[in-house]
Amino acid sequence: MKLNSDKIERLRQLKQEIMEMEGYLPQKGQQTDSRLQLGPLHEAFPGRVFPLGANHEFISHSPSEAASTQGFLAVILGMLMQNGGFCLWLGTRPQVFPPALKHFGLAPDRVLFVNVPRERDLLWTLEQALSCEALVAVVGEIRELGFSESQRLQLAVERSRVTGFLHRHQPRSLHALACATRWKLTPLPSPVPAGMPGMGWPAWKVSLLKVRNGKPGHWQLQWDGEGFQELFHQQPQEIVQNRKNYA
Amino acid sequence: MPKRFLSLWFCHLTTDRLAIRYPELRGKPFVLAGNERGRAVVQASSREAYARGIRPGKAVADARAIFPDIQVYADKPGWSKRLLYRLAGWCLQYTPLPAADPPSGLMLDISGCPHLWGGESAYLEALVSALENKGYHVRAAIADTIGAAWALARYGEQACIAGKGMQREALLPLPPAALRLEARTLEGLEKLGFRQIEQFIDLPAATLRRRFGEELLFRLGQALGEEEEAFQPVQPRVPYEEQLPCLEPIRTARGIEIALRKLLEGLCQRLVREGKGLRKAVFKGLRIDGKTVEISIGTGRASHNPEHLFRLFALKIPLLEPALGIELFYLEGLMVEKVQLPQEQLWHRSGDPAAVAELVDRIGTRLGSGRMHRFLPQERHWPEHSVRPARSLDEMPDTDWPDSVRPLHLLSVPEPISVMVPLPDYPPLHFKHQGKLVRVARADGPERIEQEWWLQTGPPRDYYSVEDPEGGRYWLFRLGLYGKGEPQWFLHGYFS
Repeated sequence: MKLNSDKIERLRQLKQEIMEMEGYLPQKGQQTDSRLQLGPLHEAFPGRVFPLGANHEFISHSPSEAASTQGFLAVILGMLMQNGGFCLWLGTRPQVFPPALKHFGLAPDRVLFVNVPRERDLLWTLEQALSCEALVAVVGEIRELGFSESQRLQLAVERSRVTGFLHRHQPRSLHALACATRWKLTPLPSPVPAGMPGMGWPAWKVSLLKVRNGKPGHWQLQWDGEGFQELFHQQPQEIVQNRKNYA
Repeated sequence: MPKRFLSLWFCHLTTDRLAIRYPELRGKPFVLAGNERGRAVVQASSREAYARGIRPGKAVADARAIFPDIQVYADKPGWSKRLLYRLAGWCLQYTPLPAADPPSGLMLDISGCPHLWGGESAYLEALVSALENKGYHVRAAIADTIGAAWALARYGEQACIAGKGMQREALLPLPPAALRLEARTLEGLEKLGFRQIEQFIDLPAATLRRRFGEELLFRLGQALGEEEEAFQPVQPRVPYEEQLPCLEPIRTARGIEIALRKLLEGLCQRLVREGKGLRKAVFKGLRIDGKTVEISIGTGRASHNPEHLFRLFALKIPLLEPALGIELFYLEGLMVEKVQLPQEQLWHRSGDPAAVAELVDRIGTRLGSGRMHRFLPQERHWPEHSVRPARSLDEMPDTDWPDSVRPLHLLSVPEPISVMVPLPDYPPLHFKHQGKLVRVARADGPERIEQEWWLQTGPPRDYYSVEDPEGGRYWLFRLGLYGKGEPQWFLHGYFS
């Protein structure tokens, strides 16, 4: 059966209206596209727009995964901060070694690191930071977060249009949160030309587990200092086999 | 400008204070005693004990012989001095320049103050009656010089005021002790029958100097205003200060907030005019029981925005304890700096710098300072020393960030690992960290980082970046060299 073109057009308009009601503003999206070059990831987002002014949840279990997540976050922050500004990185203990951020295109001196020793101060600080319109983005290294708390953070970002990244390392339970997306990053062996020694640029398996109004998916991406390259041809197993001789 | 000084003499300072604290002691003879050379000696006696002839310096046993029912309390050394400083602080509502005058007096520089109370006698009356209402027995006098005011308060009539330039006439009938002389000089004067100052004030200076030394002339000169006398006010004047006296003592948080807002508005208006901002400020409340309560804030960037400063203080208002009420509020800017104009090159287009600075202050006030860092590169060898905290939000890096690859997660303390190494200077084949064996699939290195020879000596570190088959990336280093002792291996971080 064939829908006539008027109906298709009407459906598209209705979808667009719903998305606008939910905060995916098209004009905001056009600004974003010029800054955020996420390559194949854009397909997953509603209207091909990475949702800014929302909270994103990142899950990690091992120290390597945590470092991969932080690297991915650094890339996104670096893209968001091309035009200057400051971002905030908070956690209960110092997590990130600033000089490393330069490799992900983020100027380390434009990041404010906050150490919050107590969990309950962490939520307060996170809310304060997310409501500060002058910041570009906020990364919160927070382990446990309840649904109602995440709603509060969501309200804060809706008002201020700051983008929040909640990195949950070894959370006790994975329950639903009021976040636009949920991500998980796992490190992949770094691809190098066959027969060459050493390590290459970092590669990750990026899993978008949940995305509001979008299509979740998995990608294998490599950060090459300027942008993301998708790894199609080499399967991790092959890479491992190529790497018997490192020296 | 001619100066005027008011000297206050607390005849029974410590005992009065004790009677204020414990009202049942009021009107009773009691003494404070301390140990001197192994026996209890009276340090201070109450007015009633004093009237019975029990003076400081008498042994407690003798005092008991005179008056068997006398109560004896232990004296705390240094207490009277602390008390004097606190009273000097209280006197700030009468003059900006009060000074403690140990052992038992206060000296106030009242130049330009008395007309606010309607003249010197009314001023003196107000001050003395306020202190007497508190329960202190005081004597006071006003004169042009510190020396004359001191003498008149202790040896003149009660509430004596020497007019402008009249200190000489006022001093004439007083005993020589009023000149703050040493005991030896006083003895000499007594021996020669000089009982009043008028008997020797007109003698030639050379004669007096020969007989009694320089001190007598010096003290006489100070009392007459011919010699300068140093005056050290109890609190150095804080230039950025506002105060707010209240008609009724304030006891509610709401009242304190209103007072704080008023003070902040006044101070900020002045700061805006001068293009300055607060970096550190303290908000004090003087309670009616004589204690001072205070809260202080610090900002990361000079600010003269009353709303922002108020929010910083507001986080701490619950810590102020008003007790019976606060009668005087102060706001002092302890550290004032020039407000920096926004730096366009750093902040251009995105974000308002003041808003970020205000967020930093709010977080700093809640969590305590030292929780928020911005890092700048530092030219040091070892990775853990290669960054330093920035002093302010506007400070720019003075060197470039290094280009070498560094792990995103650096362990604050390197963790020891055991390794299997095929050859010296080769990366390990596998390593064991916290009981878990990690096989190495690829590796880079070594990158040798030497000790900073100008600070310390020791073996260098050789860093290797290694990757396990699953893609986990680690930063390892070997401390020391094979062939020179047993090198140790450490895990220092995780790459992204």
